Amino acid sequence: MTGSWQQAFARVPELLAAHVQISVSALFLAMVISLPMAICAARSPKIATVVLTVASLIQTIPGLALLALFYPLLLGLSALVGGGISAFGFLPALLALTLYALLPILRNAVTGLSGVDPAAKEAADGLGMTSGQKLYYVEAPLAAPTIMAGIRTAAVWTIGAATLSTTVGQPSLGDLIFAGLQTQNWTLVLTGCLFSAALAISVDLLLGLIERGIRERRRILVVAGMAVIAAGLLIATLPLMIVRDNIVVIGAKNFSEQYILARLIGSRLEEAGYTVQYRDGLGSAIVFQALSASDVDVYVDYSGTIWTNQMQRNDMLPKAAMLDQIAQWTSANHGVKMLGALGFENTYAFAVRPEDARAKSLRTLDDLARVSSDFNFGTDVEFLERPEWQMVQVAYPIRFKHARSFSPTFMYPALASGEVDVISAFSSDGRIAANGFVILEDSKGAVPSYEAIMLLAPKRSSDDIFVAALNPLVSAITVENMRKANYMVDRQDDKKTPRQTARWLNDRLRE
Amino acid sequence: MRVSGPSISLNKVSRHYGKVRAVDSLSLEIAAGSLVALVGLSGSGKSTLLKMINRLVEPDSGAIRIGDEPVESIDPHILRRRIGYVFQNIGLFPHMTVARNIAIGLELAGENEARADRVAELLDLVELPQDMASRMPEQLSGGQQQRVGVARALATRPGLMLMDEPFGALDPVTRDNLTYQYKALHDKLGLTSIIVTHDMAEALYLADRILVMKDGQIKADATPADLLSGNVAEEAEALVAIPRAQAAHLIALSKLS
Repeated sequence: MTGSWQQAFARVPELLAAHVQISVSALFLAMVISLPMAICAARSPKIATVVLTVASLIQTIPGLALLALFYPLLLGLSALVGGGISAFGFLPALLALTLYALLPILRNAVTGLSGVDPAAKEAADGLGMTSGQKLYYVEAPLAAPTIMAGIRTAAVWTIGAATLSTTVGQPSLGDLIFAGLQTQNWTLVLTGCLFSAALAISVDLLLGLIERGIRERRRILVVAGMAVIAAGLLIATLPLMIVRDNIVVIGAKNFSEQYILARLIGSRLEEAGYTVQYRDGLGSAIVFQALSASDVDVYVDYSGTIWTNQMQRNDMLPKAAMLDQIAQWTSANHGVKMLGALGFENTYAFAVRPEDARAKSLRTLDDLARVSSDFNFGTDVEFLERPEWQMVQVAYPIRFKHARSFSPTFMYPALASGEVDVISAFSSDGRIAANGFVILEDSKGAVPSYEAIMLLAPKRSSDDIFVAALNPLVSAITVENMRKANYMVDRQDDKKTPRQTARWLNDRLRE
Repeated sequence: MRVSGPSISLNKVSRHYGKVRAVDSLSLEIAAGSLVALVGLSGSGKSTLLKMINRLVEPDSGAIRIGDEPVESIDPHILRRRIGYVFQNIGLFPHMTVARNIAIGLELAGENEARADRVAELLDLVELPQDMASRMPEQLSGGQQQRVGVARALATRPGLMLMDEPFGALDPVTRDNLTYQYKALHDKLGLTSIIVTHDMAEALYLADRILVMKDGQIKADATPADLLSGNVAEEAEALVAIPRAQAAHLIALSKLS
């Protein structure tokens, strides 16, 4: 067992506990909701049609989208009741996973209950059973194996889908998978997959045992299955029982630089005596709201992102003036403190292969516009929907032949291999220099500045120890060092973990 | 062991399904302790009539009394617990042992004492061996299952038994056996029994009074002897003609040999 496996495994107990907790809660809530609904539906075909149609519709929404949808929904709800509802972490994940688990439970319960032999039901009526007695003595026991099969399906789905709850800030085994995919750390990805698959398989086997016990009326199997599940639940959730206070939550979006900076911030806070937790892989919109609600204590964002996404501005200001206005706006509207800029920029930069740049004498975005009808464009998944792309298109007459979206990990190889001819790279990415790509100059200043800025949650803005621990990072990181650091994580050979890289970066802070 | 069954009275009872009059303004008095067969073709309304007595079907109009009590004054599930109900599809609970199936009525009534003794007594009564008690219904033959069905209906000592084609799905030998044994049980326990059947031969053999139904009304009401002697009603004559012709044919065959 090498060091990277040990490191990955070290994170498993806590994440497994959180994974079990969210999956079990969602499954339990889904049962509480869907079993009574199934009883009503089994007695009225009309209700059955409506209920099953709605549940099927929910099922067609991709899991990731369903999770993301709950975020604005809960924010709106929270605003409606005057705050207090957290749109971050456990609650949105619970609701989305619960909705997901409804259909298999409902469908099997309705099938099971309406499939009970009519003769048994007539006998129950003839014997003078009340509706409740009929359910208890006859319908429920006869439908139980089918209902149990539905719960089993729902359990496996829920455990699988729970890996996605990482994206709304609920820790799960998905943390390992998402972090691993971003930094191309396959040890992390495999560890996450291995444990979530093992969890799903063992739960499936145990519930299968209970189902068989019910079907064959062998009480011993039911009791044994339940006992093992209960024991597993207890052991799995044990790490959650350890009460810790003064925990700092550090947010990170879904790319390597964010992981590194989060660890850099985390290591300094640990030295200052705080207990640190990381929430990696968060969406841009979610992480800022989570910070406003103090669900996340600190994270690094970029000035242009706040400017366009949060402040809805599309005008251009000099860097310093822009930072001033952002600091005022976040403080006035969200109580968020902008501690300062880290000293480097990570903007959208159009990169081409060096041979193309030479042959077609490409230097600026105007030059790119000239040849754009022959060029295939590779971009990350969100750029084409972002206001920056609109701004570029307004400033330069760029019309690409074709556009394709990649995860950042695959965007750079796609350019190198000639699959695409130009990409919307990130200017601090180490893979630009490593591949010798040429960045085209934005001579008209169409793309806003993307200074990396450290943002603090309202409840930390007056925490002096906290601020003192992080203040040395302000204006301390050069773009060269950030590129090198990013490359240490992103490169294929001699990869470093974000934590190792953060240590390296910490030794090279500018005084 | 002997209980005395109640009398039944129906006064202008009707039940419609859409435009079909399943039971059409029907009035009827059944004396306590009688064994009445309700005979008729499918769709004649005999099952509907039977099920209105234990309120499995509610009448649209008219009044039904058991003894002196109007049935609608009693909560349906309380009423049904006082009436034994046996039907063609038996409806044993497949997830319960034979013993628990038989005792389920006692369980519902909250009678927890000496349940096992009562089960043993009922198994004897329907002539099943005691070791059947621990078996599951699927391990029994059709005839054995219906014996359990009868035992289950008798568990709470009802005075009135309603039976809807009870032996219709059984083979002729088993059926004949059960019919004979049920008649004996009826007399022994002093029950009032109403048995729906489409088989006139069974009715002639079993009942002390036969009601022939057609289009929701009673077309003939006679003892088996009167029915056989003819001169009753056209509808009854058509049904009686079949067993009579079969009997004549059998006699003729036996003379030939």
